[in-house]
Amino acid sequence: MELAAAKMIGAGLAAIALAGVGIGMGTIFGNYLSAAIRNPSAAQKQFPTLLLGFALTEAIGLFALVIALLILFAF
Amino acid sequence: MATNPMQQFEVHRIGPHLSLNGTDLSFTNSSLFMLISSILIIIFFIAGTRKVNIVPSKIQLLNELVFNFISKMINETAGPNARPYFPFILTIFLFILTLNMVGLLPYAFTVTSQIIITFFLATAIFIGVTIIGFAKNGIGFLKIFAPSGVPIFLFPIIVAIEIISFLSRPISLSVRLFANMLAGHTMLKVFGGFVVSLGIVGGWLPLSFSVALTALEILVAFLQAYVFAVLSCIYLNDALNMHH
Repeated sequence: MELAAAKMIGAGLAAIALAGVGIGMGTIFGNYLSAAIRNPSAAQKQFPTLLLGFALTEAIGLFALVIALLILFAF
Repeated sequence: MATNPMQQFEVHRIGPHLSLNGTDLSFTNSSLFMLISSILIIIFFIAGTRKVNIVPSKIQLLNELVFNFISKMINETAGPNARPYFPFILTIFLFILTLNMVGLLPYAFTVTSQIIITFFLATAIFIGVTIIGFAKNGIGFLKIFAPSGVPIFLFPIIVAIEIISFLSRPISLSVRLFANMLAGHTMLKVFGGFVVSLGIVGGWLPLSFSVALTALEILVAFLQAYVFAVLSCIYLNDALNMHH
């Protein structure tokens, strides 16, 4: 197979990591929402933790982006 | 018409070419924006503490807000033992926050989108935390690789995993900040390119996306600075409070 084509396929495969990020995001916000509906008075206090989890999960998706960019441009 | 969205990340020299033993020491746009950010932080604190009152002025209130925010965060994540490291964490947080925020201005250069800057910051923290850990706990700091309550047949695997996760800390810490900034700014510029290429008729949709993305980027700029500071505190906590 040609190297250029293999690179494209590899970069596409790197984007599969986004499936995990999607599940993680859904879990974080879904669990926060269900907990906040059960106990709204405690929800405000956990909001920073929610944002921290959001940022950490989003970073995983961006790691995938970095891998894809490395495959496309660095090798 | 549409320019390359990666062009914004190019480092170029400002002023004369300086070099020392073959190492390029020239003043670049990266150094310029680091200088601007540092000066902004200094002005912010000087303006806030010039005339300190019991009833604070607006700028003093902002100062106290930042100060208390980081102080509380350190107490929650690393405990009172980490008090001596408060100035360092505050500096790291404010430096990254200001670099991210200044980078969001049009035509500004985002210093934190350069992997070498974030990798340097993360490695400095990593080495510092390792030294602090060995200074506080002696050789007992190696217990960080051996969590208690692990079955004996799993022990070698767990130790290997712990060592790898410890060594990958600077990489994950730096790539997180770098990738967020790189991806966000590239996305902003790509949508900006759509506005230009679709013109006055169809350009309104990407323009509104662009506005929403800028709001998201401001959130991300703050969050990533916060995450960087929180993770530094968590690493410090590992080194300072070892009882497991």
